[in-house]
Amino acid sequence: MNKDPLNRKTPKKRTFQYGYAALILLLALSGFGQMPIFKRYYIADIPGLGWLAEFYVTHYLHYLGAVLLIGAAAYVLADFLLSRRKTLQLTPTGLLLSALLGGILLTGAFLVLRNLPGFWFPPGVIIVMDLSHLIGVMLFLMATLYGILFKKSWTIAVHNHMERE
Amino acid sequence: MVPSISRRAFIKGGLAAAGTVAASGVPARAARLDERRQLATLLDISKCVGCEACVEACREVNEEKKPNPRKPFPAMYPPRVKVEDWSDKKDVSDRLTPYNWLFIQSAAVEIDGKEKTLTLPRRCMHCANPPCVKLCPWGAAQQLENGIARIDADICLGGSKCKAVCPWSIPQRQTGTGLYLDLLPSLAGNGVMYKCDRCYDRVADGELPACIEACPEEVQTIGPRPEIIKKAHQLAKETGGYIYGETENGGTNTIYVSPVPFETLNRQIEKGSGRPHLKSVAATMEQADKLVAAMLIAPFAGAIAAAGKYYKMFKSTKEEGAPNE
Repeated sequence: MNKDPLNRKTPKKRTFQYGYAALILLLALSGFGQMPIFKRYYIADIPGLGWLAEFYVTHYLHYLGAVLLIGAAAYVLADFLLSRRKTLQLTPTGLLLSALLGGILLTGAFLVLRNLPGFWFPPGVIIVMDLSHLIGVMLFLMATLYGILFKKSWTIAVHNHMERE
Repeated sequence: MVPSISRRAFIKGGLAAAGTVAASGVPARAARLDERRQLATLLDISKCVGCEACVEACREVNEEKKPNPRKPFPAMYPPRVKVEDWSDKKDVSDRLTPYNWLFIQSAAVEIDGKEKTLTLPRRCMHCANPPCVKLCPWGAAQQLENGIARIDADICLGGSKCKAVCPWSIPQRQTGTGLYLDLLPSLAGNGVMYKCDRCYDRVADGELPACIEACPEEVQTIGPRPEIIKKAHQLAKETGGYIYGETENGGTNTIYVSPVPFETLNRQIEKGSGRPHLKSVAATMEQADKLVAAMLIAPFAGAIAAAGKYYKMFKSTKEEGAPNE
């Protein structure tokens, strides 16, 4: 059991972690669903996953997921700046994940703007943004998997960190 | 009454200006798409005689853009991925195909008690906010600053999503051509999607789209969208006609004016694969766009929730520590 009070798994933390995992899963599925792959590869044939082949449904759900992610990211960032800055610091994995998430949110915001009626961007810029968003997500998912496999946390308690150093 | 801007006046004025914008290359700036820069076409159905001069002109002028597939086609996996091959049916002209981007639809109707067959050219509607462009997974479908929606055949992978999200299922696929052949031809992609690009290259050179130039009856008029909308309303008022395309899918740059209601036309035309309907269409992108307001509120809501938690924590710490202070 982790004796460090900052890293202890409280029910609240657990709920947040499961919620975060579900949200990333929703965003990843609805995001990859923007490509016409789920029907081609029979994944949309799996009972309960038919919506993955409905482009307007995945588009809507991706936006809905984005609302939740933006809210959660703002909460975590504000919480960190207000009350945890002195006790926690980002690990290299946390820094990488934060940077990738920031990039995904920025490119995603661009694509949302692009989708609004009346907004026009040069086609070349759109291609770069589309690809950056996709590559950013793939790197983020790989980094997340690395974090899970090697038990890398986003943050570390400052005193623990100092002791280890 | 003959509507609006004459061809000559248009070539001299608006189109040349719009062409310059397109020809000047991609401006390195993001812009609110100026409605006045969007070119729209007005189609007066009562004038169309169904001669197919527009169909022929479209085929001739765009010949070089048509697919030239490599055969045999690569085997595709999984087997549910079907080959779509029109290369042996290039002459089909009674529906949309990768080789035929414009066709004539006809409808037997009754006007003033007399039976009449109305004909109308059908092609891409060039939506003002085109879902084919906005939802293309990586930007192969593009909208030009003058509102033309086109598919870049050099980078399209033929996934057909543009057709699936198009309310009229306009784009048509040809297997065995395009970038997918150089990537993972068996596993991803399936050719290239084709549709009317409203002769964007001719427009960039200050010329008219081929279908408009070739029409002996001057069925089509092209100009800045607000002017075309105004002309359409004027024509509809004068003739007691009906308008289609102004509000469909949030507004398109193809405005039809018909002497009979479009519900009647829609009932009478042949519909199906490659033969688009004339039903009213709600704005397809609108539902998701409604969530944008929530996206703008979300960061503030998140920050306020964190601040609230911090305030509560701060207050309880202060209260606990109060006797010692």
